[in-house]
Amino acid sequence: MAKDQLMDYQKALDAYEVVIGLEVHVELNTNTKMFCGCANVFGDEPNTNVCPNCLGFPGAMPAVNGKAIENSIKIGLALDCQIAATGRFARKNYFYPDLAKNFQTSQYDEPIAFEGTIDIEVPSGKVFTVAIERAHMEEDAGKLTHVGGSTGRIQGAEFSLVDFNRAGVPLVEIVTKPIYGAGDEAPELAAAYVRSIREIVKNLGVSDARMERGNVRCDANVSIRPKGQEKLGTRTETKNVNSLRSIERAVKYEIQRQAHLLSQGTAIIQETRHWHEDRGATSSGRPKSDADDYRYFPEPDLVPIQPSKEWIEQLRATLPEKPAIRRKRLQELWVFSDLEFRDVVNSDLLDEIDDTVKAGAKPQAARKWWTGELARIANSEDKDIAELSITPTQVAQIAALVESGKLTDRLAREVLTCVLAGEGNPEEIVAKRGLEVVSDDGALLAAIDQVLSEQPDVLEKIREGKLQAAGAVIGAVMKAMAGSADAARVRELVIQRANEL
Amino acid sequence: MSEITPELVRHLAALARIEVSEAEVAQFASQLALIVESVATVKAAVSDEIFATSHPIPMANVFREDVVKPSLTQAQALSGAADSESGRFKVSAILDED
Ligand SMILES: [Zn+2]
Repeated sequence: MAKDQLMDYQKALDAYEVVIGLEVHVELNTNTKMFCGCANVFGDEPNTNVCPNCLGFPGAMPAVNGKAIENSIKIGLALDCQIAATGRFARKNYFYPDLAKNFQTSQYDEPIAFEGTIDIEVPSGKVFTVAIERAHMEEDAGKLTHVGGSTGRIQGAEFSLVDFNRAGVPLVEIVTKPIYGAGDEAPELAAAYVRSIREIVKNLGVSDARMERGNVRCDANVSIRPKGQEKLGTRTETKNVNSLRSIERAVKYEIQRQAHLLSQGTAIIQETRHWHEDRGATSSGRPKSDADDYRYFPEPDLVPIQPSKEWIEQLRATLPEKPAIRRKRLQELWVFSDLEFRDVVNSDLLDEIDDTVKAGAKPQAARKWWTGELARIANSEDKDIAELSITPTQVAQIAALVESGKLTDRLAREVLTCVLAGEGNPEEIVAKRGLEVVSDDGALLAAIDQVLSEQPDVLEKIREGKLQAAGAVIGAVMKAMAGSADAARVRELVIQRANEL
Repeated sequence: MSEITPELVRHLAALARIEVSEAEVAQFASQLALIVESVATVKAAVSDEIFATSHPIPMANVFREDVVKPSLTQAQALSGAADSESGRFKVSAILDED
């Protein structure tokens, strides 16, 4: 595939204004699917959570999941949207084997929520107010696996295999209005926006919000126009951007690609593009026009949704605090500096640290473990920190063991490695591997006496008050205890013993 | 109005993967023609004063409890499939991606 030419990022921004628009799909974590009672579960055997409804059999009748409606309204309210007095489902007709019905049940001109706003803080500390156009409900499609061909990708595939377990899982699609004026921070803004949406739906408890499982997926629309030009440039829509890092990279890539084309006098083609994390590039998908004919029409098998004012107010009362407010509260509560806090937010560790503190850890200890050792391990294994198999509770347990003096920092890191390797909870690992700091002074004293008796000259120096001489004894004792002693306590005892002997 | 020919019925039946006998083709052709004709008369009723209706009775907020019901087994789900492999429906290669 020919490699795209890119304009230098700063040069592109000097010449062009960037306009972005973001579509985020959120998979709801209801027990059942949107229109049938099949289980909404990730990772089951293929085609075991399917029924005549989600397989599109003739005569099957959909029935709306009330919980999904409730969760969608909550998302709308959390985004400061208005909730439609009447919402309706529509059929979006398209022919593709990921939906057996040949249409997707979606919402068209009557979405459940519209006209919202959300404040987004980018890493520089600047805050952008992003306008939400709409949040509408729809169903997810099945999962296709393309088989054959050299790359295992769709091009050149011999056939495709379809698993309909995901078909019919409730989705809420949140669409922003065009976002102007983000300039060189447009890529960061896009990622920070998705991060906030993920935080909102997670805190609402309406989605598992795991990007690596596709619970939250983003399509990024990017267009550029020469500075001073009123008319919007032609936009591309990049799909498959399923991590915060890729969102940032994909938006930046599109800005640079489009800038190069425009500078060469080449028109931008309105099209769907696909993001490839491996080569850090987008590739051309199918051309797209605003006139794509999905032949939307009202779903005749489903009646309108007319949430009462009472219901809406009842749901509004259950909303958790907004991300911006929550962040302010947590920073004050934890007494983190602006720099420390921003580092936590941008490392995407706010929830982890919050949960760790809630499980009993001191905020600074929680921060240190997540942004330090765990971030380092994730980075060295090229993983997302969320993919590490450790829970905030386990981190809090390790922090507690250090706090109580049962583990040294070095031993704690060893325990952490064992937890990540799936050996169990910190307490169990400490017991099983005998990693606990020896706090039994008896064993320590025996070791100290032994070392001191072997080094009478050192003993003499300590007695004379030359305390730096104690270092050699401490080292020898630590070695004798195989590192499982607390160095500070050993020092205390060495000096005490030297004067007693 | 386009005529419902036997060829058209056979084409529709093939698209819908329904097997039809020659007798049924003739029967469906006349029945479908009647339906298309009847629907066409609706056009005469469209005016600015009459709004499009998607439901004959005014109803709203019909919801289902979020409780899991038994699904089909994998074997049942795949029993009507033209082809399958590793528990999945097998379909011909798709050229376009979206
Ligand atoms: Zn189903």
